Amino acid sequence: MTDTAPTLQVENLETHFFTKDGVAKAVDGVSFTVGRGEIMGLVGESGSGKSVTGFSVLGLVDPPGKVVGGKVLFQGQDLLSIKEEELRHLRGNRIAMIFQDPMMTLNPVLRVDTQMIETVQAHDASVSDDEARARSRDALGQVGIPSPEERLKAYPHQFSGGMRQRVAIAIALLNKPDLIIADEPTTALDVTIQGQILYEAQKLCRDTGTALIWITHDLAVIAGLADKISVMYAGRIVEQGGLGDVLDHPAHPYTCGLLGSVPGHNTRGKRLYQIPGMTPSLLKLPKGCAFKERCPHADAACETAPEITHPVEGRALRCAHPQVDLAGVAS
Amino acid sequence: MSTILELSGVTKNFVKHLDAAAKLARRLGADVKEEVVHAVDGVSLKIAAGEVVGLVGESGCGKSTLGRMVAGIMEPTAGDIRYKDRVVSAMDKQAGRETALAIQMIFQDPFASLNPRMRVQDIIGEAPILHGVTSRADAGDYVAQVMERVGLDPEYRKRYPHQFSGGQRQRIGIARALAVKPEFLVCDEAIAALDVSIQAQVINLFMDLREDLDLTYLFISHDLSVVEHISDRVVIMYLGRIVEVASTEDIFDSANHPYTQALLNEVPRLDVRGFDYQPIAGEIPSPLDPPPGCHFHPRCPHATARCREERPQLREIAPGRVSACHLNDG
Ligand SMILES: Nc1ncnc2c1ncn2[C@@H]1O[C@H](COP(=O)(O)OP(=O)(O)OP(=O)(O)O)[C@@H](O)[C@H]1O
Ligand SMILES: Nc1ncnc2c1ncn2[C@@H]1O[C@H](COP(=O)(O)OP(=O)(O)OP(=O)(O)O)[C@@H](O)[C@H]1O
Ligand code: SF4
Ligand SMILES: [Mg+2]
Ligand SMILES: [Mg+2]
Repeated sequence: MTDTAPTLQVENLETHFFTKDGVAKAVDGVSFTVGRGEIMGLVGESGSGKSVTGFSVLGLVDPPGKVVGGKVLFQGQDLLSIKEEELRHLRGNRIAMIFQDPMMTLNPVLRVDTQMIETVQAHDASVSDDEARARSRDALGQVGIPSPEERLKAYPHQFSGGMRQRVAIAIALLNKPDLIIADEPTTALDVTIQGQILYEAQKLCRDTGTALIWITHDLAVIAGLADKISVMYAGRIVEQGGLGDVLDHPAHPYTCGLLGSVPGHNTRGKRLYQIPGMTPSLLKLPKGCAFKERCPHADAACETAPEITHPVEGRALRCAHPQVDLAGVAS
Repeated sequence: MSTILELSGVTKNFVKHLDAAAKLARRLGADVKEEVVHAVDGVSLKIAAGEVVGLVGESGCGKSTLGRMVAGIMEPTAGDIRYKDRVVSAMDKQAGRETALAIQMIFQDPFASLNPRMRVQDIIGEAPILHGVTSRADAGDYVAQVMERVGLDPEYRKRYPHQFSGGQRQRIGIARALAVKPEFLVCDEAIAALDVSIQAQVINLFMDLREDLDLTYLFISHDLSVVEHISDRVVIMYLGRIVEVASTEDIFDSANHPYTQALLNEVPRLDVRGFDYQPIAGEIPSPLDPPPGCHFHPRCPHATARCREERPQLREIAPGRVSACHLNDG
């Protein structure tokens, strides 16, 4: 491990699902870097490969899926080549994931306090039961669970769906990990509770240098929270860059379409932009650019799959027809 | 515009019944009470024909319960619902049936609300045949027409729900509701489960239907951006009560109630970058045991002694604008 290595560096990651109908390239050459204290938003439509990217980083891809290529460097150490036991130790300790489904974190047959105390002590065995319980109670309070002391004694099924998600978030924050991958963690929650959770996440990144990947389809959340953004489409990152750069000067037609279809203050009463067509199946992707059939700018050049380009420092793009002159914008 | 729907003092209590052990304990003299949730607590509201009214509030504040009562799926514990000037619970059978058809509800989860073993043509066609909106002989054409109306290819009418994408399934749910020619749609988180790009399609569809069919909407959503986009007026609820009603402009540009202000502060916006999120001030109260006085006082930065004791009434603070906060008493 080197001090200068970024917290997470993913290079050309490829994860395929070998189904009876063919090979689905759910993650197809994905690269990104997240530094200490940095927050990356990962957006894209349903089925674009956001969750599978997260699972791949943590070594949680189950058959028929398999990571078939690339590197995942956590503080310089390649997670794809270390032993399962070491990886398990890192998860729950220095790397945490908040899943779309909280029951992937919670054990239905254990009381919440049992699970939380176990998590604290797995990280540091010298913490007493009382101390671990106190930390657990505070963590529940931090995610906006009322009467945390009493709620510690409950089982997961005694919580509503939204509360369960908050417990799962509390568990992920418990040990102040170096890296958190949060998969749509607040989609089902109220704005108030979401604000509270974003506050805790932001605080953790600022105070302890935790690197955070926030997976969502809510661009507004990313706008408020992230430092940089990666946009996925059909298993690939199609655009990537600093938050303001991408949101203010989107270059990929898909990013432009996404941003145009968000309702809000300036759209009151108007028709929203609709990206035409539907998400293509990974098994039947068009040749060339996967967005071709839905793109208003597609032409003959798009028959060849666009390579990733870096028009300016810190920006990546996969498109034959960038919608802004990035070099011009940068200068 | 004429009032199409009027709620006066509409209330819904849910009693959490005691289990056998608790009943026994009570018989033996223990102090166990049945818990009552005041899901909706004396709501009064008028909706004009052709209006889109957004209904917003935190999880558990009673939005769905109110929506279900409006749609006639659930009866109020107290209070009256008037549809076109007639009290719904006092209607004769015929008028009651017509009202039930006139007010349709669209739910959040397009998959759970569609019968997986029915073909799309039967999902959409069943109710209109039953209620004589179309005949069995004409049903095929009628269903095709409704499917086209919501942007579904009638070619697909023999398919089952699982053969459609999320956005298409939501369109099936909308088509089913439209098939009985409703006047009023209650949409309960109707686009929450959809992808951003699909959300835009369904929002546009709702707006087109409003234009073409003169529909009135009660649009329940926790997504304030969507509510701002689609509504003419917005109703804000907190723990079973309405705390503010105003035009969309007034709510989003100059909210009056401290809860509305707090809520709007939290809303992520695309044009606000690098936001400093704030923790919730005070405790989130339980609907089982709401605080006395103004329900919002434990979280309110302006609360006074009066707020802790006396319930603020919903009062007109400007024409067409009501709010329930003691601060408005000057
Ligand atoms: N077990 C599996 N077998 C076959 N294909 C799979 C499997 N799991 C995922 N996939 C495929 O991988 C692709 C990426 O899925 P993933 O769950 O990462 O999408 P996502 O971007 O997280 O979408 P969402 O926003 O809906 O959560 C999808 O097209 C999906 O069909
Ligand atoms: N059938 C029921 N039996 C008992 N309690 C109920 C029932 N339905 C709702 N409640 C309670 O009534 C209150 C209001 O619930 P409701 O579903 O109307 O809220 P909501 O505003 O729609 O919330 P959400 O945003 O989470 O959908 C909650 O405390 C809920 O637990
Ligand atoms: S009545 Fe009092 S507590 Fe309630 S919102 Fe107004 S100022 Fe705040
Ligand atoms: Mg996912
Ligand atoms: Mg609800």
